[in-house]
Amino acid sequence: MPTPDPLAPGARVRVRTMMPPGHVRTPAYLRGHVGRVERVLGPFGNPEQKAYGHTGDRLPLYRVRFAMADIWPTSEAPSDTLDAEIYAHWLEPL
Amino acid sequence: MTVANSPAGKRWHDMGGDLDHPLAGTIPKADHDFAIWEKRVDALVVLAGKKGVFTVDGLRRVLEDMGEDAFETMTYYERWVAALNQNMLEQGIYSVAELGARMEQVQARGTTYGEANDAHA
Amino acid sequence: MPHDHQDHDHDHSGMSPSGHPYREDQDRTRSYWQTMEIAARELMIEKGVITADEVAAQIDAMDARSPARGAAIVARAWLDPEFRKLLLVDAPAASTELGIDIGPLNLIAVENTDKVHNVVVCTLCSCYPRDLLGLPPDWYKSRAYRTRAVREPRRVLAEFGVEVPQDVTVRVHDSTADMRYIVIPARPGGTDGMDEAALATLVTRDSMIGVGQARQPG
Repeated sequence: MPTPDPLAPGARVRVRTMMPPGHVRTPAYLRGHVGRVERVLGPFGNPEQKAYGHTGDRLPLYRVRFAMADIWPTSEAPSDTLDAEIYAHWLEPL
Repeated sequence: MTVANSPAGKRWHDMGGDLDHPLAGTIPKADHDFAIWEKRVDALVVLAGKKGVFTVDGLRRVLEDMGEDAFETMTYYERWVAALNQNMLEQGIYSVAELGARMEQVQARGTTYGEANDAHA
Repeated sequence: MPHDHQDHDHDHSGMSPSGHPYREDQDRTRSYWQTMEIAARELMIEKGVITADEVAAQIDAMDARSPARGAAIVARAWLDPEFRKLLLVDAPAASTELGIDIGPLNLIAVENTDKVHNVVVCTLCSCYPRDLLGLPPDWYKSRAYRTRAVREPRRVLAEFGVEVPQDVTVRVHDSTADMRYIVIPARPGGTDGMDEAALATLVTRDSMIGVGQARQPG
């Protein structure tokens, strides 16, 4: 799998909605939601391969920032934020 | 599994935001100092990672596959030693037969952890 | 067969570094999982994966890690603007500058100000900056904290005694992958002229997770 080009900080991204049964590090509560790249990290080995005893492909990792209002139907304070680290293959650039 | 409105395929350990879960109430503040056997489990996990025979992802994968019941009924380091052991078997570090024989030997050494840990000849 | 009781010699006479007795696991009826731990450890040693000395040394190294390490970093950041700048852009380099080896830990420092309050959680498991703060407290690993911190952080913070004003943004950090987080709490008032060591005593573990504030002096 070729390494995708890194996204720039500030880029809008949507988290993929797929729900595979294996080991993944993308929380379900973020899937399908839109945020912005806060900073670019990595590359790091893909944990979805390492978990099963294989060498992980080196992937860019992004810290993506979401507004609470964009994740939850009701939020305590809409402009509070949630940052999470998400591997490149889970993000769809918008 | 237990949360009615969670999306299909969402796994039990993926807990963020599940306010409807019956155990997602007040945060329990009680804490404890770790026992020596718990520290040993922690050390084995860290060392196995450093030696490259195992990854923390492999540990997490087994913990997740153990299911929600294990999370609710076993302690943290009980789950960790089970997951470490599973990974050691998968990596061929030791065999099921070797494990079985050794656990039987350990049991025969005495009834307490201290006796069983110290008494091997 | 190796016959090495090295790790037993490091039991610190049954007392933990915080001066508490360990739970009475040595004398209680041995559990199935304790049997497994002994068996797995012995087999890993006999197969040459690890040595008993390494197990003992690893336990000693973990015992030496406590929130005091994180507190030293925070106190330096309060006093030294250049260090603070480095900490915010390259936390591993800043830690190394203080002589704190954080190993392979990929660290990000986030700072509380009068506009922002940061709090850290791991919803998927129990990721925690253990090299800086020691092992995580039980509540950090609880379902209640993992579930609620990303959904109703202000209520969670209130449960810990931290009321965040509405005009302050709460930033929740979910440690989902390779990074670990330390919160630099706001420096309390009335601390002008205090030296680094005195300031460090004000920095609590909880304040570096984000569920507490630094202590007031005195």
